[in-house]
Parts: sequence; structure tokens; C-alpha cells
Amino acid sequence: MPTAPLTTDDRAPESAPSIALVNRPDSGIALRLAGRWRLDQHIPRLSDLPGLIDRGSDDGAKAPSQPRQLSFETSALIDWDSALVTYVAGVERLCAERKIDYDPSALPEGLRSLLKMANLTNPPDEAAHDRGPSFLARVGLDIADLVRSTGEIMAFFGEGAIAVRHFLAGRARYRRSELWVIIQESGADALPIVSLVSFLVGMILGYIGDQQLAQFGARIYVADLVGLATVIQMGALITGIVLAGRTGAAFAARIGTMQVNEEIDALRTFGIPPMEFLVLPRMVALILMTPLLTLYADLLGILGGAFVGTVVGGVTLTAYLVQTQAAIGWNHIIQGLISATVYGAIVAASGCLRGMQCGRSAAAVGEATTSAVVTAIVFIVIAAAVLTVIFDAIGLSG
Amino acid sequence: MAIRLKEVALGYGSTIVQQGLSFAIRRGDVFIIMGGSGCGKSTVMRALTGLLAPRQGQVFLQDQSLWEVSEEARTQLLRGVGVMYQSGALWSSMTLEENIALPLEQYTPLSKQQINELAEYKLALVGLAGFGGYYPGQISGGMRKRVGVARAMALDPDILFFDEPSAGLDPLSARRLDDLILELRDSLGTTMVVITHDLDSLFLIGDDAVFLDAETHSMLTTGHPKQLRDHSEIDEVRAFLRRGES
Repeated sequence: MPTAPLTTDDRAPESAPSIALVNRPDSGIALRLAGRWRLDQHIPRLSDLPGLIDRGSDDGAKAPSQPRQLSFETSALIDWDSALVTYVAGVERLCAERKIDYDPSALPEGLRSLLKMANLTNPPDEAAHDRGPSFLARVGLDIADLVRSTGEIMAFFGEGAIAVRHFLAGRARYRRSELWVIIQESGADALPIVSLVSFLVGMILGYIGDQQLAQFGARIYVADLVGLATVIQMGALITGIVLAGRTGAAFAARIGTMQVNEEIDALRTFGIPPMEFLVLPRMVALILMTPLLTLYADLLGILGGAFVGTVVGGVTLTAYLVQTQAAIGWNHIIQGLISATVYGAIVAASGCLRGMQCGRSAAAVGEATTSAVVTAIVFIVIAAAVLTVIFDAIGLSG
Repeated sequence: MAIRLKEVALGYGSTIVQQGLSFAIRRGDVFIIMGGSGCGKSTVMRALTGLLAPRQGQVFLQDQSLWEVSEEARTQLLRGVGVMYQSGALWSSMTLEENIALPLEQYTPLSKQQINELAEYKLALVGLAGFGGYYPGQISGGMRKRVGVARAMALDPDILFFDEPSAGLDPLSARRLDDLILELRDSLGTTMVVITHDLDSLFLIGDDAVFLDAETHSMLTTGHPKQLRDHSEIDEVRAFLRRGES
């Protein structure tokens, strides 16, 4: 005869899922399952069961210290779903650990079938591996990744050089209509943001210059400061950074999405080099458009400085523009245009490279986009420093 | 009835995809939606899962008109629905286990450990026990599909939708998925709505079916798949179910 049950919670409402242990005369125990075992209920914790088995009760109905067998009693079970299936799976594991014979025969047939199905489909042991490599393995993997990435970058520029050769020879395979669309998207469509940023940076330079030069009564030289800073470096730098965030990111996202959708694989299977079809038009578009946008940015920057010089500094517009014209030489403009061309190439290469390196998931597209912007900005700043030294060395900045 | 459609017309923009749809799906049935490519099977599924409002007519889910109840009531109704999309549609920034755990975290009072155990169990049901730590990008298309099934089953919904479940699966995995569909139906009483072209599968699991036509943008017939194959008076339906032999 079964003795008094040992329950987890005697105060639980009748329909709430609950467990109770019932001693069997043959040194076995039965787990009595009662109530609604559904996902929207508070399911008893499996971790409480070993304690329940060990604890016993004060009324002498202590469970056997090492029960020989665990079976189930389900007469009070009202309803069940996966919540009970996973609980029973846990009970089975517990029985295996404690070397208790497990008898599921009293469980509902459907539940046993689902359990059997889950057990049948257990993968080989090696599948449950690899939650995270060790520190040394991570270092090794990172180094291997760096080597692979370097190889990919070299291959990218190698293929790029071949594509440029084909382009110059008129043999590159790309769609001219798409080139014009990219030129419009990366050039004309960028005018509003370039206008805003350049004008405001011109104003900022003007303000700082005016505050300092006013102390020496030399406010007119704000025109020299703003003009030279903008034409030599700031115009190209601002344009490059704006394009990195706007156009470079768009290139990486577009090409990355094509990678995810296997569109690039499809190009390759048709024998169309993605480097010529996708990368080349973008490189050409930005190499052409960045210097033009830079000239426009220079003009807007000078106008921003002129606005401050005339309104705050009290200089007449004519005097400001004459002073600017006298300060800026062709060598300064050429420096800016060379820088702009290099920055344009950097932005296009970063965006296309990261897009081509993109993985096969939506998350990888996001990573490629971020990486494209960061890479472009870092290399633009490095290039700015290197070009400044080179221009000085060859006497172009004099 | 688990689902009932009454003179439903569906479309996008100026295009009518299906019209005059009237059929019912009994609770606990495996219901097949079939028809040639482009006939609007997936569009019908979108309407039944609350993603597309019908142009005309009514869709009843658990005897409630899906588009006439309040937004809140509709959300509540749709919580009883699970969908396995054709590609799996897994969230790529989450591990497989997290994909399954998310709806459980949102809608159940279970502890973290219980949710993890449930997620592992659901993965085991589709033959992917031990793969919980992987990301969708690290597994094959067929495996992603099976995880999509596991995620659709996460909350033990009353109605489960499958969009082309066996497409892209090897024969053994496809058969195991068919077995799983029948097992879930038998064990939990889940209503299954399956869009499929796979004749072996639809004859094995289907209790009832509707045949949609791309030319007339309407349903041609309903009935048990085997009966439609053997006794349908519509040539197109018989030819479809006999692989071109009329």
C-alpha cells in the first residue's frame, strides 16, 4: 500500500502543477504528478526533487534512502504540454545519475512518444561540443584569422589591379548604366550633407581664428586661416569622412547582402568577375566624385568662414574674398585634390573589401558595414598624415 | 473549427492573389494547402497568421474573427499560433538555443534553467540536440529549417503552420519531420497547416486539403488528398496529385 505522500507545496492551488512522492512497498517510489503542467504555469523545479527524495517526512513516511525504482502516478494530472515532457526528461536523467530504475510505463502514451522521439534524435557526442575554445585556441584562431584576412586583402588589391587594367583597356565587364547610377548616388546625392558639414566647419574655423586674431588686430587673416586650412586639408578630410559614413557603408551593405543572397556566387558561376562588375564601378565613381565634392566643400567652407568674418569680425565680404584669393595658390588646391582622390579610393576600397569579406548572415552584413566605416576613417587619417609629409618634402606646400 | 475562412479575397496593391476562399480547418487535423507555383499559398498563410489583412471576407481563428477583434485580442489569438517559415527565418544574432528561448522568456513564467531545458528538448525533437550554442550562420540550410520548426513549437501552439517544410531536406530528415508533425498532432492535439508540394508527404500526413489555382485566383476544391487524387472531377487537381498522369 502507498504511504503518505511527500509533497513540494501543500498550499498550491488544485490546478497548479505539483509533485508528490509515494513510497512503494517494494523499496520503490512513485512520483505523483498533479495539476496542469503547461508552459504558462509555474512548474516545480527539477533541482528540488533530489532533496525531496532524501528528506522524507516527519510522519515516518520517509522515502527509502536509495530507492530501487522510480515510477509515476498520473491520476491527478489534468493537462500537460512540453513543460511536463522536459521535467520527465530531467527525472530520467536524475534516475540514471543515481542508479535508480526508471519506469515510465504509467506516463501518458503521447508523452512517452515525444520523449522517445527526442531521445532517438540525440546526435553523436561530438555534436555537443565546442561551446567556446580555450584562451590558447582563441589566440591561435585569431592569428590564423589575421593571416587569412591579410591574404584576402592582398588578393582583393591584386584582383583590383587586374580589373583596373581591364578597365583602361576597355575590356572590363560592368554595366555602364549602373556606373552612372553609382556616380549619382555617391556624388550629387551627397551634396546636401557635404554642404551642411563644410559650411559649419568653415564657421567653426572662422570663430576660433577670429577670437585669437582679434587680440592682435589681425581679423582679416581669418580669411587666410580658413581658406588655407579648408583647401589644403579640411575640405578633402570632411568629404572623405562624410563619404565613409554614407557611401562606404552603403557599398559594404549592398555587396554584403549580395554575398548573403549568393548573388556573388551566381556572378562567379557565369564567369563574371565580381571585382569588375561590382567593385570597379564603385572605385571609379568615388575616385571621380570625391575631388569634385571636395572642390564644392572648399567653396562652402570658405563661405562659412566668410559668414563669420563679415558678421562677427566686421570685415567686408569683398575684402574677405580678396584676402582669401591672395592666400590660396594652385599648389594648395592640387594638394587638396590629390588628397581627395586618395580618400575616395580608400572609402571605395574599404566598403567593397568589407562587403566582399562579408559572412553569410544578416548579422555579418551589419559587421561588414561597421568595419567598412571604421577602416575607411582610420586609413583616411593615416593617409592625411603621410600626404602632408610628402607634400612638404616635395615642396608642394610652400 | 480551428480556422475558418468566409469569402476571403487577398492581394497586394492592385494585384488580386486569391478570392472567394471559403474553407474550414478542423481542430487536430493536418491540413494541406496545395497548388501550382505562384497560386498564392504563402499569401494565404500570411493571412491566416495575421500578417496580411484580407481585402474582403473574414478569417476566423479559434472561432474569433481575426481582423474584427481588438489589436490586443488579435495578439493574444496569435500567441496560439506557431509558424515555420520556408527559410527558417532565424534571428541571426542569436544562438539556436536563444532563438527558441526568446518566446519562452517573453510569454512564460519559467525559470532560466527550465527555459534552457525546454530549448534543448525542442532541438532534440528536430534532431539537433547539442547544437544549441551554434549560430544560424554556422549551420546548413536544412538544419536552419529544422530549428525553425523547433522555434515554431516553442510555446506548444494550438495551431502550427509549415511553409514548405520538406523542401531542401534530405529524405530521412523530411520523413522525420512528417513523423514529428503526426506525433505532435496525436500527442498534443495541435492543428497543423502545411504548405507543400511534396506528394509523398502530403499523402502521408494530410487529413484534409485545399487546392488553389493560379489562373482563376481561386480555390478549386477541398478534400482528403488521397480522395482528391483518386476521385476528383477536376483534371488539374488529379494531374497535380498524380505527377502529370491524368
